[in-house]
Amino acid sequence: MITAQEIVRLVEAALPGARAVARDLTGTQDHYELIVVAAAFAGKPPVERHRLVYTALAEPLRGPLHAVTIKTYSPEEAPHDVGA
Amino acid sequence: MTSVHDRIKELVESNKIVIFMKGTPQMPMCGFSAATVEALKTLGQPFQAVNVLADPAIREGIKLYSSWPTIPQVFIGGQFVGGCDIVRELAASGELARLVAAAK
Repeated sequence: MITAQEIVRLVEAALPGARAVARDLTGTQDHYELIVVAAAFAGKPPVERHRLVYTALAEPLRGPLHAVTIKTYSPEEAPHDVGA
Repeated sequence: MTSVHDRIKELVESNKIVIFMKGTPQMPMCGFSAATVEALKTLGQPFQAVNVLADPAIREGIKLYSSWPTIPQVFIGGQFVGGCDIVRELAASGELARLVAAAK
């Protein structure tokens, strides 16, 4: 198990200036929905964006974190309510 | 003995569309695998499904092969396309069908 707060901390630490929101999808703290807004995504295709997030979460993905569904936005693409 | 890497390479290069998933298209064992199968079905084309739960070596080997830590994974024309989120987005935008059309 891993908390939403810890996931957010890892992602925001790995991607400078990123804002992340994590939501436990199953109530079991191992399947999360993750929304990430980061300048590092600008100009990158989806696979590269997801790799950046997976790299940040490499450690928990080897154990307590079974699956994440990921939405990525550059700051220009982000809906206004992300992280609100 | 054939290495896992070579087995995966053979699978993705001899089938136009391949999904590595948990369970089978008829009986997926994970919601993300099920959703990805549904996205592939919208193409109206046959695809090869590999049940990683039935093959532990492939289950670990595929993550190294694609440098992608989660399952399901989809390959088109031998190229890694993405996991559940990306494949669903590509299917919705029509890009997935274009990738299949462009693949040998």
